[in-house]
Amino acid sequence: MRFAVIVFPGSNCDIDCYKAVRETIGQPVDYVWHTATDLSAYDAIILPGGFSYGDYLRCGAIARFAPVMDEVRRAAEEGRYVLGICNGFQILTEAGLLPGALLRNRDLKFHCHSTLLEVVNNETPFTREYAKGEIIDIPIAHGEGNYYCDEETLARLEANGQVVFRYKKGENPNGSVNDIAGVCNERRNVVGMMPHPERAVSELLGSVDGRRMFTSVLSAWRERHGAAVNG
Amino acid sequence: MAQQLTAKEPTAEQIAELKIYREFGVSDSEYELICKYLGRKPNYTEIGVFSVMWSEHCAYKNSKPLLKKFPVSGPRVLMGPGEGAGIVDIGDNQAVVFKIESHNHPSAVEPYQGAATGVGGIIRDIFSMGARPIALLNSLRFGRLEGNPRVKYLFENVVAGIAGYGNCVGIPTVGGEVMFDESYEGNPLVNAMCVGLIDHDKIQRGVAKGVGNPVFYVGPATGRDGIHGATFASVELTGESEEKRSAVQVGDPFMEKLVMEACLEAINAGLILGIQDMGAAGLTCSSSEMAAKAGNGLELYLDEVPQREEGMTPYEMMLSESQERMLFVIDPANEEKVRDIFARWGVPCAKVGRVTDDGRLKLYHRGEVVADMPVKALVDDCPVYRQRSEEPAYYRAFASVDTTAFEEIKDLTGALKKVLASPNVASKEWVYSQYDYMVRTNTVVRPGSDAAVVQVPGTRKALAMTTDGNGRYCWLDPEIGGKIAVAEAARNIVCSGAEPLAITDNLNFGSPEKPEVYWQLEKATDGMAEACRVLGTPVIGGNVSLYNESEKGAIHPTPVIGMVGLVTDLDHITTQEFKAEGDVIVLVGETYGELGGSELQYAVLGKTEGRPPKIDLALEKRVQDAVLEAIRRGLVASAHDLSEGGLAVALAESCFGRGLGAAVNVETSLRPDVALFSESQSRILLSARPEKADALVVLLRERGVVCSVLGRVGGTDLVVKVNGREGIAAPVEELRKVWKEAIPCLLKN
Amino acid sequence: MKATVYVTIKQNVLDPQGAAVQGALHSLGFTEVGKVRIGKYMELELDAKDRAEAAARVKAMCEKLLANPVVEDYRFELEG
Repeated sequence: MRFAVIVFPGSNCDIDCYKAVRETIGQPVDYVWHTATDLSAYDAIILPGGFSYGDYLRCGAIARFAPVMDEVRRAAEEGRYVLGICNGFQILTEAGLLPGALLRNRDLKFHCHSTLLEVVNNETPFTREYAKGEIIDIPIAHGEGNYYCDEETLARLEANGQVVFRYKKGENPNGSVNDIAGVCNERRNVVGMMPHPERAVSELLGSVDGRRMFTSVLSAWRERHGAAVNG
Repeated sequence: MAQQLTAKEPTAEQIAELKIYREFGVSDSEYELICKYLGRKPNYTEIGVFSVMWSEHCAYKNSKPLLKKFPVSGPRVLMGPGEGAGIVDIGDNQAVVFKIESHNHPSAVEPYQGAATGVGGIIRDIFSMGARPIALLNSLRFGRLEGNPRVKYLFENVVAGIAGYGNCVGIPTVGGEVMFDESYEGNPLVNAMCVGLIDHDKIQRGVAKGVGNPVFYVGPATGRDGIHGATFASVELTGESEEKRSAVQVGDPFMEKLVMEACLEAINAGLILGIQDMGAAGLTCSSSEMAAKAGNGLELYLDEVPQREEGMTPYEMMLSESQERMLFVIDPANEEKVRDIFARWGVPCAKVGRVTDDGRLKLYHRGEVVADMPVKALVDDCPVYRQRSEEPAYYRAFASVDTTAFEEIKDLTGALKKVLASPNVASKEWVYSQYDYMVRTNTVVRPGSDAAVVQVPGTRKALAMTTDGNGRYCWLDPEIGGKIAVAEAARNIVCSGAEPLAITDNLNFGSPEKPEVYWQLEKATDGMAEACRVLGTPVIGGNVSLYNESEKGAIHPTPVIGMVGLVTDLDHITTQEFKAEGDVIVLVGETYGELGGSELQYAVLGKTEGRPPKIDLALEKRVQDAVLEAIRRGLVASAHDLSEGGLAVALAESCFGRGLGAAVNVETSLRPDVALFSESQSRILLSARPEKADALVVLLRERGVVCSVLGRVGGTDLVVKVNGREGIAAPVEELRKVWKEAIPCLLKN
Repeated sequence: MKATVYVTIKQNVLDPQGAAVQGALHSLGFTEVGKVRIGKYMELELDAKDRAEAAARVKAMCEKLLANPVVEDYRFELEG
C-alpha cells in the first residue's frame, strides 16, 4: 500500500506523518510537493498539520488552490483514502471535501496538550480497529480547531454517522459544536480531524492510541484488494 | 567620496560640528578614532554603520574583559563563541548547536512582535550554522503579576508572540522558565534559546570566502524596520518636520520556515561557502563580520537590495532590521543551482555584492561609492572599556541579616500553599500549553519537568535542555548567584538522566556605567566562570543585554544559563514525578538555615534580603556525578532538583505528576519552617523501587555524598513530619489545585 | 480601480475575538458598547476599466478565496 504525504509551503507535521506510517505499518510513503499533478500511484493521501501559507487569510484557504488539490479531489472521488490532520482538516473543509469550517478556539489561545477522544464511528477505513465508544488519548495542537457547521448540516452529520471523533464529555478544548473533533464524508473514505494521531504512536511519546489509525487503513486496503496482497 | 544625496541627511562636516554622532551613542573619543581609521570625517551612512558595529551588542565593548574569564574550550567543543552559535560533539559524527539571545527592549515596546522576532532571530543563528533546529526554549521575567494590568499585558502577549512564531515555524518549544519580581516591571526580559543538530562535516561558518565570489541576499525585501536614532537630526538641519519613519519589526514565521528549508537544502547540497543571518544591525553586521572572518573585503550594490519602500537611503538599508533575511557567499559556478532552490521554495534571492581583496566594506548606490570603510576597524577595533566598579551599599548592609530570624511559621501546610500559589513556583501550564512542544515527535520529556528531553532521531541518544537563572540570588550576591545559576542548570540536566555538556549564557544587567551594576556584572561572571570550570561545562556562546533599566532603576542582575546535556541511552531518561506506591524517598545533600532570596522570604514574608544560600562547587560536582551514576545504573525511579521553595515544594511537585501521595519524616536540628523551605544548594530528591533503595544509598555514600531516607511514596496525601511531629498534611489533589490554578486565576482578575 | 472588500463573520456564528473586545471595552468603562463583530478589511488594486465586469470579478474573488461562505459574509465597494 502506497502513502503520499502532501507538503504545502508551511506544512510542518509532514515528517511526523511520514515517520508514523513507516513506524506503525512499514508501508512505502513519499513526500509529495504541493505542485504535483499526479497522485494516481497512491492508495492513501495524508494532508499533514502545520501552517500552510502561514495560515494567512484563513487556515487552509490558500492551500486548497494548490495544484495537487485537484488530484486529492480525484482520489477522494475514486474512493481512495484521504486523511487530513489539523491544518490538513482545515484544508479539506476549505476545499469542500468535508463539511463545516474551523474557527478560532473559543478562548482565542493555541492549545497543545493530550486530549481524550471518544470514537464515535468505527466504520471508517481509518477507525475500524477501534471499538465504538472507546476513549483514546490523542494530543491536540491548534489555535483554530473550533468546528462549526450550521444546524441543518449538523443534524445531517449526526444522522449519517459522519462524526468520527468527539472530545470526551466536559473536555472540549476549543468550543466545537457537539464536541466534534473529527468528521468524514458521506462515503467515509475522507476523514478530517484536529487531534494528531501521528503524535501518539509510541510509549516514548506518551501514547500509542494513534497507531490504529494507520493499522486500520492498511487492513481496510488489504481487505479491498484481497487478503493475499502484500506490501 | 560622494556626499550622501538626500537633503535630509547631514553632511560629514555637520556631523562633526554639531556632534551629531553623539546621538548615535558614539562618544567624542570614539568619533576621533573613527576619523583616524578612515583618514577623514565619516559621512552619515558611515557613522551609522560604525555606531552599530561599535555598540555593546556587536562589539561587547563593556563586557569583553569579563567574558574573557569564561572557559570556552573542552574536549567536546567543536566551535566556541564568535560564530552564530557554539557547537558541541555528541558522538557518531553528530553535534549539537545552541545559543540563547535576548529581545528585552523590543518586547517592552511591542511584546507580541518583540518576542516573536526574538524567536525568529535565534532560529536563524542556528540554521546559519547548517544545523536543523530541533527545539526552542525561553527564559522570561516580568514584574509582579498581582493587580498590574501592564504586566499582565506584557506577559500574555510575550507568550502569544513566542507561540505564534515557534508554532508556525514548526520547531517545538520544549522548555523554559518564567519568574516574576518587581525589579522587572517596565523592563521585562525575553531570552530565547534554540537547539539544533548537525553532522560534523556540514558545519558552516559566516565567512566571505574567495575573492570575486558573489554575495547573495535571501529573504523578504528590506523596509525601514527597527532603525533607531535615524531620523532625529533632520528636523533641525533641514527645517523640515519629518515623521519618525522607523517601524516596529514584524515577524513572518511562514517566510522564516521557507527561508530555513531553502537554506538548509542549499547547505546540504554543498552550495554555500559562507552564510550569516541579518540580525541586529542587519546588512551592516552580517557583511562586515563575514568579510572580517575571511580577512577579505566586500562590495555591496545597494540598488540590488530588495526594497519594500520607495526612496530608501543607504543608511536605512544598512541599518534596517527587517526580519527573516540571510546573507551568503557562493561559487559563481553554482549560481543557477542556488537560484533554483530558492525559487522552488518561493523565497526571494538577489545578488547584491562581491567579495574583494582590499579589506574594505564599500557601498555603491546609484552609481556612486557612498561609504568606504576598513572592515577591521569596524569589527575588531572598537575600544574596550573597563568601567568603574563599586560594591553597592545594600550588599554591605545585607551582610548582617539573619535570614532565619523571623517569627516561626506554625501553619506549614498554609505556608506551602502560599508558596505553591506564588507565580514563580506555580504550574506554568498556562504558558507552555500555548506552545506546540510536540511537533516533530521527538519530545520525550515535555515542559514542566526539571529539563526537557528531545530524542536524537534514529538513535538511542537524547538531549536534555534547560534554562535557569535566579535574579534574586544574584542581586543578593552576584558571585554566588552566578555559581548557582550554572550549578542549578547542571543539576536539572543530571536529574533528567543526562551528562551536562556546555552552556550558552545571556547576561541581563542594568547600565554598566553605574559602578554598582558593573560590580554585579564582574562578580556574576566570576561566579559563572568558576562554576563552569568546576562542573566541566564550557561557555560556547551567548549574548549580553545591558541597560535594562526603568524609572525604578536597574533590574536584578540576571544571568540566564541555557544548558544542554547528553542522554547516552533512552533508558536513562528520568522525570521528577513519583512513580509507584511503596517507592523509597531519599534526600541527597544537606539542609542549612538558608532563606536569603528564597521563595518563602519573597512570597510569605514579602521581602528579598540577606545573603543567598552558599554553594560548594566541588560538593555540587560530587552530588551530580553520584546521582547521574545511580540513574545510569537503573537505581532511580524519580529525581527532582531542590530549588525555589526547598524540600516542601520539591516533595509536592513530585506528588503532582501521578497524583501519588507521600509520607516522610525529616530529622533536623533546624526550626521546622526553616528546614522545609530552606533553599540550600546541592540537594536532589530521589525515589527508588524498594528493592533498589539500599543499593542507591550505598552508592551515594560510597561517592562521599550525604543522603537520608525520608519515607515512602503512597496514598493520596502529602504528609511531612519534622522530627516525628506533624508539619505538612494535605491531600495531593488540594495542593495540586492551588499550584495549577494560580496563574490562570491571577490573569483573570 | 480600487476594490475595498469587507469580510465579516456571519451574524449567527460565534465571534470570540469580538466577544473579547467587547469585554475589554466594558472593562475600560465603555459600557454603552453592545455586540462587537470583528472582520477583515482588504484593499485590492485592479487593472480594470469596465466597472460591471470588475464587480463581477471581485464577487468571484470573494466567493472563491477571500471569504469562506460557511462562516463569513462579504461586501465590497469599487472606486476610481
